[in-house]
Amino acid sequence: MPQTLLQVEDLHTQFFTSRGVVRAVDGVTFHVDAGETLGVVGESGCGKTMTALSILRLVPDPGKITSGRILFRGREVTKMTDEEIRDFRGNDVAMIFQDPMTSLNPVTKIGRQIEEAMTAHERFTETLARGRVIELLKRVRVPAAESRVNDYPHQFSGGMRQRAMIAMGLSNEPSLLIADEPTTALDVTVQAQIIQLMKQLNRELGTAMMLITHNMALVASLCQRVVVMYAGRIVEEGPVEQIFNSPQHPYTWSLLRSVPRVDEARKDRLVSIRGLPPDLSNPPPGCKFHPRCPFVIDKCKTDPEPSLSEVGVNQVARCWVLMRNVTEEGVEAAKASALSKDAAAKLKAPVMEVEGNAGG
Amino acid sequence: MQAAERAPITALRADPVLVRISGAFKHFPISGFGGLAVRAVDGVDLEIRRGETLGLVGESGCGKSTLARLVTALLPVTAGSIVFDGQDITRLRGTKLRRVRRKMQIIFQDPFASLDPRMTVGDILQEPLDNFSIGTVRERRKRVQELLRLVGLNPNFTNRYPHEFSGGQRQRIGIARALAVNPSFIVCDEAVSALDVSIAAQIINLLQDLQREFNLTYLFIAHDLAVVRHLSDRIAVMYLGKVVETADRNDIYDRPQHPYTKALLSSIPVPDPAVEKERAPINLKGEIPSPVNPPSGCRFHPRCPIARVPGVCSEVEPPLEPHGAKDQAAACHFAGQF
Repeated sequence: MPQTLLQVEDLHTQFFTSRGVVRAVDGVTFHVDAGETLGVVGESGCGKTMTALSILRLVPDPGKITSGRILFRGREVTKMTDEEIRDFRGNDVAMIFQDPMTSLNPVTKIGRQIEEAMTAHERFTETLARGRVIELLKRVRVPAAESRVNDYPHQFSGGMRQRAMIAMGLSNEPSLLIADEPTTALDVTVQAQIIQLMKQLNRELGTAMMLITHNMALVASLCQRVVVMYAGRIVEEGPVEQIFNSPQHPYTWSLLRSVPRVDEARKDRLVSIRGLPPDLSNPPPGCKFHPRCPFVIDKCKTDPEPSLSEVGVNQVARCWVLMRNVTEEGVEAAKASALSKDAAAKLKAPVMEVEGNAGG
Repeated sequence: MQAAERAPITALRADPVLVRISGAFKHFPISGFGGLAVRAVDGVDLEIRRGETLGLVGESGCGKSTLARLVTALLPVTAGSIVFDGQDITRLRGTKLRRVRRKMQIIFQDPFASLDPRMTVGDILQEPLDNFSIGTVRERRKRVQELLRLVGLNPNFTNRYPHEFSGGQRQRIGIARALAVNPSFIVCDEAVSALDVSIAAQIINLLQDLQREFNLTYLFIAHDLAVVRHLSDRIAVMYLGKVVETADRNDIYDRPQHPYTKALLSSIPVPDPAVEKERAPINLKGEIPSPVNPPSGCRFHPRCPIARVPGVCSEVEPPLEPHGAKDQAAACHFAGQF
């Protein structure tokens, strides 16, 4: 039995705005085991980043954790004093963000910034920290680390900056690293290097990772377990192979089929999820995904939202229908309807002839 | 006068090539550095055929977007020619240039920055019609509504402002604006890169529908090779201002001839854990060099896993020549030999 590192129970994070209460995280329960890599996926605005910020108690105003428990190695994070939480951030859990340029201070040398992260926690003396910086930069494969510690962020390329951010995140040897879209801003070749680096670090140091992304391919490459979020809720969770091979929630299924694969010749059209994610200050009744779901039945609209129920070994999903109960014809029809709504409206539209009258 | 000009164009309809880029260069001089220049596009030959989608891929800074701006005559070339529909557009000025521009439109990456926040959607879509004096004012209003419907938006949204729309909807407005003047050629410069996955799928499907419906030719520029392979008929790979390989979208994946193409393709993760366990990305050494002072010989040689250095690779620049499958060309001394 692997040791549970982080246990989040029924977490609610809400934003109190003039338009009403926005339920950004709405009753989320999950855990991260020591040394594992967990992927958290979903569209923008589904609560992935807010869940991560809640864990670190960094929710921006006017947001607040309203209820729920966050246990890290059995310690209650929501009850920590300011001093304890400072110690917890960086020492136990570190976070790296999408844009490595805005996360680094442009007027301070890279090496100095990593030193600061270490001395802030008083775990390392200044001399010790300085000695460790080069070692850390080498560990994240920054070439010529000895001379590059004295560079400023603008002298680093995007990939190198992200490496420096990872080095900073790892500087206090946290047991959990939260990475929020760590490769989204990077070129594919650089992305591949960062993925490889994160894999190696996970193996070498045993640091658990929570990877927040909308990129399903990245999850397939890095993660052992996946949590799928929609409208502030977890809609499906399970081991990566099962989630990819037999997704049970229609949202997971749609997400997987909305991205083309580079290793496949064009087969058919992409499945697009119609409409937009709901307004979290006024979510739809019943299952929150029902207005966009291609397999919706009446029960989804009227009954209270279904609970997360077991659909496979270690796999849970929140759905009345479940993909295994959808027939082959149903799937084909869903693919067709997902496009015909758009296509029908469009093809009916007469196009005014605008030939002639052009030019001066 | 118009009739006289149309005749030769009709005669050229038989030409399967819509855009022919020959020896195109674009150098941006760096002021104060005596003759130094950023060689953004550095000798490109490329054809875009009627009705096809040509995918253009490469890392940031390889010159993709500059090439797009040359093709649409938004930037003048430093040297070379770009022939659009039988006409060399690099020497056109004034009215003649405007007439050609009506046939080519561009869709940009950022749907937030490419729409004027102070204009209503109706004004944004009507502007190109006004510019080219197309139809009467009433016809233009009607056309605006048709355009909105065409891209899957509510035709009554004409009085709304861009900020009232989501990213995907804004990109639809950008597409509607490009379609307003009935172009035959559309450049999509990272048109889906800034969008969420499910929204990107909607836009990709929309672009495909529109292409079929209006027989459009696309130049589709993106760094996401999976999307490019899905949308394109042929793919061109750029590296440091040059095209290093062109091929059919399946041949380029199954039998890449240039080592850069192979490395690029191997670095893309696939949404399938079973495939991911086996996939071994080829790691390129170092980073893309500066386009101010590109490497000698083959400009990929400092990062190339099969380069012979010192030797032919660091001394002689390889030309883009047929290699591999039919319709495939690569600029490499050792094409396919890996």
